[in-house]
Amino acid sequence: MAHPQDLTGDGQQFFEARRKVFPKAVDGPFRRLKWAIMLVALAIYYVTPWLRWNRGPYAPDQAVLVDLAHRRFYMFSIEIWPHEFYYVAGLLIMAGIGLFLVTSAVGRAWCGYACPQTVWTDLFVHVERAIDGDRNAQIKLQRAPWGPSKIARRIAKHSIWLVIGALTGGAWIFYFADAPTLGRAFVQGSAPFVAYATVGVLTATTYIFGGLMREQVCIYMCPWPRIQSAMLDEKSLTVTYKAWRGEPRSHGLKRAEPLAQVVLGTPSLVALIEQPELASRIGDCIDCNACVAVCPTGIDIREGSQIGCITCGLCIDACDGIMAKIGRPSRLIGYTTDLDARLAQAGEAPVPALKRLFRPRTLLYFGAWAGIGLAMLFALGNRERIGIGVLQTRNPQWVRLSDGSIRNGYTVKVRNMEERPRSVEIAISGVPGAVLWTEEAGRNQAARSVRVNVAPDQVAQVPLFVSAPGAGPTRADLAFTVRALDKEGGSARDTSFFERPEPTP
Amino acid sequence: MADEKRIDEPTGTSFVGHEWDGIEELDTPMPRWWLYTFYACIAFAAVMVVLYPAIPMLHSASTGVLGWSSHGDLAKEMAADHARRAPVMHALEQTPIEQIPSDPKLLRAAQEGGHSAFKVYCTQCHGAGAAGAKGYPNLNDDDWLWGGDLKTIQQTLLHGVRQPGDDETRMSQMPAFGRDGILKPAEVQDVVSYVRFLSKQEGVTASSRRGAAVFTANCAVCHGDAGKGNRAVGAPNLTDGIWLYGGDRDTITETVTNARYGIMPAWGARLDPVTVKMLAIYVHSLGGGEKTPVDPVPAPAESPVPAAVAAR
Repeated sequence: MAHPQDLTGDGQQFFEARRKVFPKAVDGPFRRLKWAIMLVALAIYYVTPWLRWNRGPYAPDQAVLVDLAHRRFYMFSIEIWPHEFYYVAGLLIMAGIGLFLVTSAVGRAWCGYACPQTVWTDLFVHVERAIDGDRNAQIKLQRAPWGPSKIARRIAKHSIWLVIGALTGGAWIFYFADAPTLGRAFVQGSAPFVAYATVGVLTATTYIFGGLMREQVCIYMCPWPRIQSAMLDEKSLTVTYKAWRGEPRSHGLKRAEPLAQVVLGTPSLVALIEQPELASRIGDCIDCNACVAVCPTGIDIREGSQIGCITCGLCIDACDGIMAKIGRPSRLIGYTTDLDARLAQAGEAPVPALKRLFRPRTLLYFGAWAGIGLAMLFALGNRERIGIGVLQTRNPQWVRLSDGSIRNGYTVKVRNMEERPRSVEIAISGVPGAVLWTEEAGRNQAARSVRVNVAPDQVAQVPLFVSAPGAGPTRADLAFTVRALDKEGGSARDTSFFERPEPTP
Repeated sequence: MADEKRIDEPTGTSFVGHEWDGIEELDTPMPRWWLYTFYACIAFAAVMVVLYPAIPMLHSASTGVLGWSSHGDLAKEMAADHARRAPVMHALEQTPIEQIPSDPKLLRAAQEGGHSAFKVYCTQCHGAGAAGAKGYPNLNDDDWLWGGDLKTIQQTLLHGVRQPGDDETRMSQMPAFGRDGILKPAEVQDVVSYVRFLSKQEGVTASSRRGAAVFTANCAVCHGDAGKGNRAVGAPNLTDGIWLYGGDRDTITETVTNARYGIMPAWGARLDPVTVKMLAIYVHSLGGGEKTPVDPVPAPAESPVPAAVAAR
């Protein structure tokens, strides 16, 4: 429990209102990289469902399709059945290890560049700037009383945000059904309710997260910054304010005055101008706040690495611009590791980039990541596109036929995972004298194997009867083999039992 | 417990006073939207209480403005399902039973429908797997008292076995040879020996030789000279490996002495015709189903259309 005094003390706040962030526009290499990644990411997201991929007449022609209704996942030439979910699990594990790899190699690059929260927030911020103007105009508008102009701008901004949100949610549903068909149905109002509900929910989340909450999602809601904080080490790239170069901040020469006072003992700015060698005692940081003004999460990077820093690099661009103007070397703020920072402070050379990248940790992550990827590729290349599953009828376990032989029943499921109809042969082995037949063919067609036609990309459920002479072990192993009869071939095997009654004494 | 409010230097936040191994908890304020989300949840709950059943009353909960109930939901879903199945049920009603197997979709629907009806009406005697029990036939095997084609099974289902008041019920009456004194106990034992010889359970003995004569005089009229039974009168085949009551000496003796009169309800009086049809198709699919015999009328089997026309 908190001390009672803590609860009644001055300035005690249980809840903190969001301090609105008005990021200033900036240009530079990192900003341009963000533009490029944003364009690629958005293009992939919006265009992918509309790509076509010819799979013949029996399968959908959408390149990427998660067909939940029919339990199929299509990705270009790969088709995943539900029982092959380990491929999806493998992809998810690769994504996880991939994030570890990226974090250990280049720090929180995911947060800064590729995370959807970052990409969409960036998009929303640009819309905001296009309507309200840059940082100062936005702050001014925020403080201005409500009037026709402010209302009009606010309506315009939120409308565009909502439209972007709707388009975002709208694109999502096309991954789960044939995009052109669903698009038409959606516009005509005949799409399933779940499509509208999904678009509604995703419109709301996009609008709220990208427009209203922004950095609050990163700081309070997302678990990833916490995990990454634990993963960073002294060799991880972080956006670092080089305090040993920047401090003491001068804020122009005027702020340097007290320093001059200390050194010279005279309160004279002129003295400093007269003795320029003293300028080396002044840091490069002029306390212009450009790095704070452009930060999308509203932090001051000069306070050091912190959870709010998504390492987007915009403060680097901003600071470099200022450094160029005041004629100081760039990268007062830059991507540096803690180790390099210490070395630089001591006047030593930084660790070479390759040596830093190829360290045991990154190599281990890369090995695991690549190993899983290669194993999956190998498995994908060698997987059998035919399958069999045998379920023995348990009630009754056996049936005595009038000629004294014993019959067992089985439900055999044949998976034809090719996108064409196939003729297959199901054969049994393991029980002497055993024959099998289908219910429709009848026992007079009994043989050691039966032929079945399986529809393309379907599971055929074949009830089979197997009979064998009444004398024999109570339980014998019975193997079922399915073999495709087309020229591509392929076979699969499953085992079951053949059961007979206990011999009566 | 901290006596004085202490402030964490780097963040400017006060400590709560909790400490674990030197790690202290800061009194960082929660984001305000968190509080608003909490209020929104309370508002949501209040709306739910008004709209849906929520407050426990004496006999049931308050009904809510929307009048929603889980029973109502179920009734709606059931009605929707009935509507969905209606075309199939109509097709099953219209299609003669022997033609249903030629329509795979209809056949599957009938088998599934028959399976669920079987669980309700038939498992009490025939067992969940239709394997039967002593006195209740196993419906999986290929031995039938009255016949195993679709029409015959349907007929048996409709009219039952030994149902008084139903003219078409399956009725067979084996005399109680021992109890009624038709055969002497020794003769009963002889005929039992012969029946066990017929079913290859015993070799030829003096008793079975005597029994053969008794069989010809008393049993062959229904069970046939070779003991292969007669479906027209429901007389079982005595030469096969399947016994309704048991093939051991004691059980056959009991059967010959007292006879057996198993019964089955006439389901035609209790169930609708479609359910009976589905049950017949399900039973037929269990592995012992026989082909519907081709009518011995001179219509060639290759031209079913003229035959159908001729039938009208």
